[in-house]
Amino acid sequence: MQGFLDIFDIYLLEAVVNGILLGGVLALLALGLNLIFGVIDVTWICYAELVMIGMYGMYYLVQFYGLPYWAAAPLTILLVALLGAALHYIVIAPLLTAPPINQLLATGGVLFILQSFATVAFGIDFRNLGIRLPVLALGEMHFSYSRLLSFAAALIGMVSVYFFMTRTYTGTAIRAISQDRQIMSLMGVDTKRIYLVTSALGGALAGLAACLLVLQYDVHPFVGLSFGPITFLICVLGGLGNFVGGFIAAFVFAEIISLGGLFSDLEWGYVLAFAFFIVMMFIRPAGLFARRS
Amino acid sequence: MNARTIAWAVGIAALIALPFVYRDPYHLHILVLILIWSFAYTSWSIMGRFGLVSLGHGGFMGVGAYVTALLWNHLGVSPWIGIPLSMVAAGVLAVIVAYPCFRFRITGHYFVLVTLALSGIVLQVITATRDYTGGSLGYTPNRTKGSQLLALQFDDKTTWYLIALFVWVVGLLIWQWVDRSMSRYAMEAISDDEDAAAAAGVNVTFEKLKITIISALMTALAGALYCQYQMFISPDTVSGIAVSLQMVFAVIVGGVYVSFGPTVGAIITILLAEFLRIWFGTKAVGWDNLVYGVLLVLFIIFLPKGILGSVMDRFKTQPKKSGEQKPVAS
Repeated sequence: MQGFLDIFDIYLLEAVVNGILLGGVLALLALGLNLIFGVIDVTWICYAELVMIGMYGMYYLVQFYGLPYWAAAPLTILLVALLGAALHYIVIAPLLTAPPINQLLATGGVLFILQSFATVAFGIDFRNLGIRLPVLALGEMHFSYSRLLSFAAALIGMVSVYFFMTRTYTGTAIRAISQDRQIMSLMGVDTKRIYLVTSALGGALAGLAACLLVLQYDVHPFVGLSFGPITFLICVLGGLGNFVGGFIAAFVFAEIISLGGLFSDLEWGYVLAFAFFIVMMFIRPAGLFARRS
Repeated sequence: MNARTIAWAVGIAALIALPFVYRDPYHLHILVLILIWSFAYTSWSIMGRFGLVSLGHGGFMGVGAYVTALLWNHLGVSPWIGIPLSMVAAGVLAVIVAYPCFRFRITGHYFVLVTLALSGIVLQVITATRDYTGGSLGYTPNRTKGSQLLALQFDDKTTWYLIALFVWVVGLLIWQWVDRSMSRYAMEAISDDEDAAAAAGVNVTFEKLKITIISALMTALAGALYCQYQMFISPDTVSGIAVSLQMVFAVIVGGVYVSFGPTVGAIITILLAEFLRIWFGTKAVGWDNLVYGVLLVLFIIFLPKGILGSVMDRFKTQPKKSGEQKPVAS
């Protein structure tokens, strides 16, 4: 009995640590979505699909063009950043004055387009990079290097976004716009350009997430559906546009999924996360860290 | 008004007579699908026209289809009891998710994202309980020998056509009923300004919840009917985000603010899917959704009232401000 408990605790600890590692990537996704919502006041329903396209980009760059992972990653980030800017320019910009729901639904249409484009262009097979990173054994616990790497890269990505936002003129302008949309154009800030930059930045974050997720998961056209909904829940729970809230909510959800997956299937982890979300809505309806105004 | 009633009666009589005159099974099959999906789209638009954009209807539809089929296969409960039970289940689910949303003023983006997650979660649950539901491979209700009223299984398309027609008409009647009820004014006030509506004495939470439950019950019925008709359901065809978005797309293309809008949307989307299927053959996988997606974006940008809604506006010949949110039935 004692031995059983020991093993159990080791597994528990492993799940907790894996949850933290998963939380890093989820936080990255939530950050991108929050950024776009905070600045442009639009929710990209198709955000997870941008990640999916990025994963395919990685797959083709590495497998077909034989690029090393380190060279392919920046290209992918650039590609998805361009995609994000294009999405804003083509779909969102004409709708900026329309009701917000219309913008959201239009990105839903983009979700359809990206998913079926992937189906038509790449087929519905599961593909993976074929890169197998070794497993780190720490005592009796096992962590894959890909997860550690993802966590580290996600943190670096978030920190660099932080510095970009606080140390550069464009970053300051972005933060200012998210506080007051009307007044900024009077202050001589080119709102259109800032929107475009923000969209590209959001796309770049999706691209980075794609580079990291492709190490752990197979790519298929519907892969976005497996982490898209959870990202939206994180953003709502953290408060849309609230960076810190999204960051912490990402780790809370990752722990729930990881621990739930320990006791049962991974899908039940998601269900548990959703149940938790509903309960939280009763307790803190405006998000975990709502600023009272 | 009298002319309207006559037009309705003639139209419905013609639709009832149709399968007895024209018996091509393929065309009847398409018609049944159009009617069932029209009903589902109508039930979405009952909510959607008031700005309550739900992407959770894929979830309600999945609950309707799967609960009915599971009760029949595992417990031998006739769909005549199973369908009401599945509708109750969808209603309970709607209350669990919608009540906190409405009570705590979760609107707009937040509401869409929460309901979006709901349909994703229903899909996950169906996949996770694969021992009972068959997971992503899909699920088939046990067949009876031949047509049986008790099992709600019929071999001939004509019966199904009449059932679907009946349900579709009921759906339109519910739409009209909501359109003429006090709830409509309450909901329009709410969608303009919740605080002002509450100050004017509208019970915001209750009104929203009422509309949501009506919509969820109808959607579950549509799912159950689809299951009984097709005799095969899979998580991707009756639940999940794709189905929810498909509903939104069809309704927007047809027109949210007119009663026949969802029907027009269903006709267009299903015919489009069939044409693409015939054109591209088995390579059609993905192409129909690609066209849907492009059309959805174009419609939202250029024609947000939908085809029927815009045509109706043309006919109204009012020079300025051609009735926003003005339904046709007035």
